[in-house]
Amino acid sequence: MKRVKVGIIGPGNIGSDLMYKVRRSRFLEMGMMAGVVESEGIKRAAALGVPVSTEGVKAVAARKDIRIAFDATSADAHIRYNAAPLKESGIVSIDLTPAALGPYCVPTVNLDALRSEQDINMVTCGGQATIPIIHAIGRVAGVSYAEIVACISSKSAGPGTRANMDEFTQTTAKAIETVGGADKGKAIIVLNPAEPPLMMTDTILTRVKDSSVGLEKIAASVEAVVKELQAYVPGYRVIVPPMLEGDKVTMIVQVEGQGDFLPKYSGNLDIINAAAVAAAERIAEDMLEREGAR
Amino acid sequence: MIRLVDTTLRDGSHALRHRYTPDQAAAIAGELEQCEVSLIEISHGDGLGGSSFTYGFSEYDSFDLIKAAASAAPRTEVAVLLLPGIGTIEDLEKARECGARAARVATHVTEADVSAQHIAAAKKMGLRAVGFLMMCHMADPARIAEEAVKMESYGADYINLADSAGYLLPEGVAERVSAVRSAVKIPVGFHAHNNLGLAIANSLAAVRAGAEYLDGTLRGLGAGAGNAQIEVLAAVLKRIGYETGADLYRLMDAAEVLVAPLMERPQIIDNGSLMLGYAGVYSSFLLHVYKAAEKYGLDPRYILEELGRRKMVGGQEDMIIDVAWRLKQKKSCPA
Repeated sequence: MKRVKVGIIGPGNIGSDLMYKVRRSRFLEMGMMAGVVESEGIKRAAALGVPVSTEGVKAVAARKDIRIAFDATSADAHIRYNAAPLKESGIVSIDLTPAALGPYCVPTVNLDALRSEQDINMVTCGGQATIPIIHAIGRVAGVSYAEIVACISSKSAGPGTRANMDEFTQTTAKAIETVGGADKGKAIIVLNPAEPPLMMTDTILTRVKDSSVGLEKIAASVEAVVKELQAYVPGYRVIVPPMLEGDKVTMIVQVEGQGDFLPKYSGNLDIINAAAVAAAERIAEDMLEREGAR
Repeated sequence: MIRLVDTTLRDGSHALRHRYTPDQAAAIAGELEQCEVSLIEISHGDGLGGSSFTYGFSEYDSFDLIKAAASAAPRTEVAVLLLPGIGTIEDLEKARECGARAARVATHVTEADVSAQHIAAAKKMGLRAVGFLMMCHMADPARIAEEAVKMESYGADYINLADSAGYLLPEGVAERVSAVRSAVKIPVGFHAHNNLGLAIANSLAAVRAGAEYLDGTLRGLGAGAGNAQIEVLAAVLKRIGYETGADLYRLMDAAEVLVAPLMERPQIIDNGSLMLGYAGVYSSFLLHVYKAAEKYGLDPRYILEELGRRKMVGGQEDMIIDVAWRLKQKKSCPA
């Protein structure tokens, strides 16, 4: 079967994990791993037979056969260097940085509406783990306020996250509103250094507009979206099921990573990558279908 | 000279479940200025942005409280607490506009690097910046010194070590303060909790090891069994002969007249507070644990013990629900 070639810009932990997920895909294949210096990630990709370059976005944009690129660098790099050349070359950007030049994408909620966008943003790991739930609660009971507490192990919080805590909280809060549908969103992130490292855990607290719909309907809506999520994040689990007290709904989820390149406790990195690959697959499927019909 | 930092309007906010009114904030801050404390901290107990389901909603807007305190204490530096991951630089900018002149940027003791952006931003805004390391019992002195050096490099004006769980014994405090003192050029401070009845003794150990700033609260009002009682600190330091510049009798009166009538429960070492110190749990978990224990019909001590065993850090109040829910399942499904 024909596959769509993709490039990955940024051969760090995120980029390397993405590469393993792409290699498993039915719709995607690795066209290039690009960085700006010789690195472990570049060597790793080369060892797997993936074309590599240290010319960064330039090398990806120059390749006529690459149609989709994952940007796993930084918000600054996406805005300043990567977005424009990709656009000029007609390559779809799947942006894993907090740059958010394009619309936020949470696959279970709005991927269908974003299939023809040129640059889509994957929000944050905390957003990917919680916004589907907030949306699921909202579609049956309406959500006036949603709050999430994301706990990730210190070991899986890279220097990018650490240097930009506000980007995480502000981006997630905004996407809780624009994608999750809550009138007001709030996001909190806590790093825990315990050993062995803790799995990523997210607590989701919402104030619903109509609690009279009852817990059963809310729980059923949540359960349906959890199944959809598990299709691309197999380690996604509800550890405390939804509870309704007055107009407050509380639940807790945990994300165990697939252990592709990163350890299993890095569910935070796994879920954003899995969401990015799910988005790329849908876009690739459309491309292949269009071309098949031509 | 030992500088007394009053946090009645911040750590004390936990004990009042974040219900301070702007009038109360103004009255307390105004009186603290007359008492000549060095720094007055005011915020939601969990810092800027703390008002939430997880940590409790503030009854009044935090920025209105800051404004009220700052205008009542124009001569004194008013500080706010900021935990990166909860509050943001945008919040800090707003606090500055409301009159805050110092930012205490707090991280878990091993995670100082998440404060780089916020400490730098505070300095850029012209605020005094304090690097605040929480849950100091969870790391050894050498590691704490490394983290303090990072905060110094980001621009912190002093390092505050917090025994957030009230777990440390005096020798543990002295070791940590000494290690940090010899690693950084800036002053060191200490923030005690009284969960094991050692808040004053630990503060004294800190001073003897070279700490120059001490946190305290009127009547000890604060999370868990409360903080070092600031009027007691003033008295003890005075007797030993340390200069604080604070007015002892006036502090005593402020505690009696302004704070005692607000207290919802006596600031004693009840069993839950004792468990915080014994199991090493973040002090502000206490009232949330009591609430969960009541809801699920559990003994709060078992919830606290489990939280300690899981090594939960400051800010993870949400895990109280998880632990209580799990204990309840176990209880209702006998093996």
